[in-house]
Amino acid sequence: MLGFPQTGLADLTLGHVLLICVGLTFIYLAIVKDFEPYELLPIGMGLILANLPGTGLLVQPQEVGGEFGTAGLLGILIEFGLLRYTVLPLLIFVGLGALTDFAPLIARPRLFLLGAAAQVGIIIAFLGALALGHFGIAEFGLEEAAAIAIIGGADGPTTIYVTARLAPEMMGITAVAAYSYMAMVAIIQPPIIRALTSKREREIYMEPELREVSKTEEILFPIVCLILIILLVPRSAPIVGMFMFGNLLRVSGAVERLSDTAQNAFINSITILLMLSIGASMPAELVMRPETLMVLALGLIAFACGTAGGVLMGKLMMLVSKEPFNPMIGACGVSAVPMSARVVQRMGQEANPNNFLLMNAMGPNVAGVVGSAVIAGILLSVLG
Amino acid sequence: MAEQIVKAPMRGRVIRVHVEKGSQVKERDRMCDIEALKMEMPIMAPASGTIKEVYISAGQEIGGGDPLFVIES
Repeated sequence: MLGFPQTGLADLTLGHVLLICVGLTFIYLAIVKDFEPYELLPIGMGLILANLPGTGLLVQPQEVGGEFGTAGLLGILIEFGLLRYTVLPLLIFVGLGALTDFAPLIARPRLFLLGAAAQVGIIIAFLGALALGHFGIAEFGLEEAAAIAIIGGADGPTTIYVTARLAPEMMGITAVAAYSYMAMVAIIQPPIIRALTSKREREIYMEPELREVSKTEEILFPIVCLILIILLVPRSAPIVGMFMFGNLLRVSGAVERLSDTAQNAFINSITILLMLSIGASMPAELVMRPETLMVLALGLIAFACGTAGGVLMGKLMMLVSKEPFNPMIGACGVSAVPMSARVVQRMGQEANPNNFLLMNAMGPNVAGVVGSAVIAGILLSVLG
Repeated sequence: MAEQIVKAPMRGRVIRVHVEKGSQVKERDRMCDIEALKMEMPIMAPASGTIKEVYISAGQEIGGGDPLFVIES
């Protein structure tokens, strides 16, 4: 039956307009300010597409009885990439593992402790979200609290994975929060680091280069980590498994074409699909609720507390360590790789121009990715 | 007059050199920029003085501990 062609204007609400503006802002930040462009540009576009009414792009196959013909492209990506099968964030981890250099961590395994300590931000945000739910301020149950808390891990794909599994309606918001705070690491972390350390502590010199790490160590690391971690926390296997697999592709030296593909074509393709879907998972109907602002606030608190926790553990290690230990590198336990490490490198040189903390800072930074993956696994095994 | 050798902190690449033989530098002046671990970082003068030797040029690969400059102060 022929219907009169509808424009979208009649269905355009204020919420839609607002989110379209947010999408445009993200695109602006990506292009003009170089703010996490690989994430914010496609997310911004997804936001715009999701909030222009009447497109049919967001119709998911499950909504139309599995009829793929009437489902929309973005609906298909969201349902099969994120909601039903959650493959996209996991495949990203293959690429991330292939891009990650674990040598600074292998050279100083105790830096794993900093990667663990920084996850305290997740616990604090979890309790905060539960408290808001308990006092009836927000509809946050255990699942929603976990999804919000994982933002504190400062790891985009981990956040997406956990939220898709536990609180899918919040997927876009937690992801945007995670990526936004990762982009703002250079603004958020320094004041916290300065508040918790003395000038003298910030000046502590550490040997810039770490011991040579052998090929054998680099190959054994992902394999041993994978088996140990998954035995202890089986539900972390999707993330840790894909991450370590990607790393093995990189360090084995036997599969250069696969390593190269994983680091380039593969991760870029998945990034395009994932980020577009994430943006598209934020139509006004889901986002325009007071809970959204609370999620953003709690995410920021999680991130800040994670930074603080890492720095405090850094101070503890400084006190007990025989070798000089600059506590600032604790802040890198949040897994914003390599942004956090760069922040600490810059702050280190400001305090002491001859101090090059970058390599030491990368250790906790990559450990943080593993740390947040383990926490994610624990949350999923308890709540999933 | 004391001479100081400024060495590369880690393996990387020289991006650009800001001084030459005979340049006067103050403490903390940027002498060159290096790139290591995909990050650009400045090498700053550890003391004020005169650049006596420059061992590097833009684009050069450097190893940790390699001599970069000699400063006389």
